[in-house]
Amino acid sequence: MSQAVLETETAPAARMDLLRFATAGSVDDGKSTLIGRLLYDTKTIFADQLEAVEAASASRGDEYTNLALLTDGLRAEREQGITIDVAYRYFATPRRKFIIADTPGHIQYTRNMVTGASTADLALILVDARKGLVEQSRRHAFLTSLLRVPHLVLCINKMDLVDWDKAVYDKIADEFTSFAAKLEIGDLTIIPVSALNGDNIASRSENSPWYDGPSLLHHLEHVHIASDRNLVDVRFPVQYVIRPQSTTVTDYRGYAGQVASGVLKPGDEVMVLPSGMTSTIAGIDTADGPVDEAFPPMSVTVRLNDEIDISRGDLICRPHNAPAVAQDIEAMICWMDETAPLRVGGKYAIKHTTRTARTVVRGLQYRLDVNTLHRDEQAGELQLNEIGRVRLRTTVPLLADEYRRNRTTGGFILIDESTNRTVGAGMIIEAQ
Amino acid sequence: MSQTKPYRVSHLDALEAESIFVMREVMAEFERPVLLFSGGKDSIVMLRLAEKAFAPARIPFPVMHVDTGHNFAEVLEYRDTRVATLGLNLVVASVQEAIETGLVRELPDGTRNRIQTPVLLAAVEKYRFDALFGGARRDEEKARAKERMFSFRDEFGQWDPKNQRPELWGLYNGKHHPGESIRVFPLSNWTELDVWHYIAKEQIPLPSIYYAHDREVVERGGMFYAVNEFIRLRDGETSEVRRVRYRTVGDASQTAAVLSEADTVEKVIDEVAATRITERGATRGDDKVSEAAMEDRKREGYF
Repeated sequence: MSQAVLETETAPAARMDLLRFATAGSVDDGKSTLIGRLLYDTKTIFADQLEAVEAASASRGDEYTNLALLTDGLRAEREQGITIDVAYRYFATPRRKFIIADTPGHIQYTRNMVTGASTADLALILVDARKGLVEQSRRHAFLTSLLRVPHLVLCINKMDLVDWDKAVYDKIADEFTSFAAKLEIGDLTIIPVSALNGDNIASRSENSPWYDGPSLLHHLEHVHIASDRNLVDVRFPVQYVIRPQSTTVTDYRGYAGQVASGVLKPGDEVMVLPSGMTSTIAGIDTADGPVDEAFPPMSVTVRLNDEIDISRGDLICRPHNAPAVAQDIEAMICWMDETAPLRVGGKYAIKHTTRTARTVVRGLQYRLDVNTLHRDEQAGELQLNEIGRVRLRTTVPLLADEYRRNRTTGGFILIDESTNRTVGAGMIIEAQ
Repeated sequence: MSQTKPYRVSHLDALEAESIFVMREVMAEFERPVLLFSGGKDSIVMLRLAEKAFAPARIPFPVMHVDTGHNFAEVLEYRDTRVATLGLNLVVASVQEAIETGLVRELPDGTRNRIQTPVLLAAVEKYRFDALFGGARRDEEKARAKERMFSFRDEFGQWDPKNQRPELWGLYNGKHHPGESIRVFPLSNWTELDVWHYIAKEQIPLPSIYYAHDREVVERGGMFYAVNEFIRLRDGETSEVRRVRYRTVGDASQTAAVLSEADTVEKVIDEVAATRITERGATRGDDKVSEAAMEDRKREGYF
């Protein structure tokens, strides 16, 4: 193991922010090794964990300490050498805390990548420099775009095995850039690395003098995410109504929730949906006292100046900037259930922000081949891990935005009403 | 909220906001939630978050202590004071009573970690709790790294790692049939260091054993166990008084202390940031059984 190169002093916690990223790639691409390397170089791996991994590596006959064993947690995974689910990992540097949603790469795990990407600020895709782009790389790029992950990093790994040949890097980078141009990817960074040896992971490597971009960790620490939040459209889904039954606090009625987007201030004129009633904000409370403004992702309690009937599932917005109040929804759906496909006519529970309703599938426009982006308009159903465009009708209106404009008020899940399983994830294209 | 530039949110504020969101979701969607309270720092932080989530109202659910009977006196005292201050309803599920009534049988080695599970499940059934807040964090252990924020348990309280509900965005699916329940882990995304930074920021009092103090201990397998009514010296062992603190607080017969001079929260943060051993690795005899010890216990219905 090389010497760790990064000092992780205790930073003043108040100055650190949070970046969530999703990783995609197969075991063969060295994804677990890359994550192991990030944890190792940021001193996140502890001595007892490293000892356990060294012992496990030795007993398997691995020639080097297999950092992949750090992340493969369940018995079946260790026995079969596979990763079966989304695993979450944590590390921090003095600038940022990082949450990694580590998802397996194979096509049968599209469900997991969609899950990990749904909350990610950044997606990290790995390719093996010897193999170049494969079907899976394109699929991961497409899913990143579908889930509107704002930043994408392509790590071209195992550069040591192609002698750090710039031509190999250029060829893969060009090919990926032209493919990404067809998708909606806001920000793309391509980094040549060797996860096994730690090149261009925590610091710039001397093996790639021709590469003048950042190391992976430097990029993760500095990528600008503050502007990714939507601070324009005020959307406050009401979660819970706080009405203390107490002799000391009387006449308190507050609407608790997490700000989905926009900035709320006391005095602002607001509209409550679906009723359309208007009022003004009397105050915004937290347990630490009132605040002058609330913005994502703060959890606060809003009080209004007028007595309006408001309950869970309602939404507070501005009168001239409101989401659709819609029962007819066009959406891309990723199907997640192995027991039964999505079919036209199927009925499900739908959870959208804090509102739960029922829905029926009115139509399936097409099924999308996630590798070729070909649209099959003859498709009659969506199987596990398949993605398609559907038309839904809901029993009560959803207070919905396009997913591309708002990931919180544009996303929903479908739930099977007999098994209670989460069977689909939806991204709204149009609501009316 | 500190604002060095507009609309900045620190990682602690973001974690707090997420945990509060999760607690409010549970309160809105479940009939009978309960918060599992051990008197350990994670459950203490969780209780603080519950206070914040529903202020100015009281915490709208009871707390439950699964009591192995092997307690640190400081922790029991802390529990009772905290519950009284917050005006909470405390449910104690007693392993000792369960042994006396024959629900569980004392193990030959006298440890009670494993026999907690049936006691917990019996209390869930008796009080018909449908959502149980737990203080587990994903950074603690490899099996926990794969568990959901809302973790479905069947009517036997069992976790099936291969059959978990996908969790997308902030949309948690808490639907369940009667008899089934959901374990909810609001601190899933917190690390040990985050918890300590939060304790410092919020100035949350902790049981005194979390800070350095002199204690009579015996060294076993590199771990320092307090000599008390639960842990007695074996032949050939000698005890000594050392300066120690507890990194985790669990069953007093199985939780070891670490050598430490950290007697303030700031010193503990420095110590945790510099340490090279995980907290469970340093202090929990119960996790050392096998590589999959935690996974196996969770499948049986453990926290």
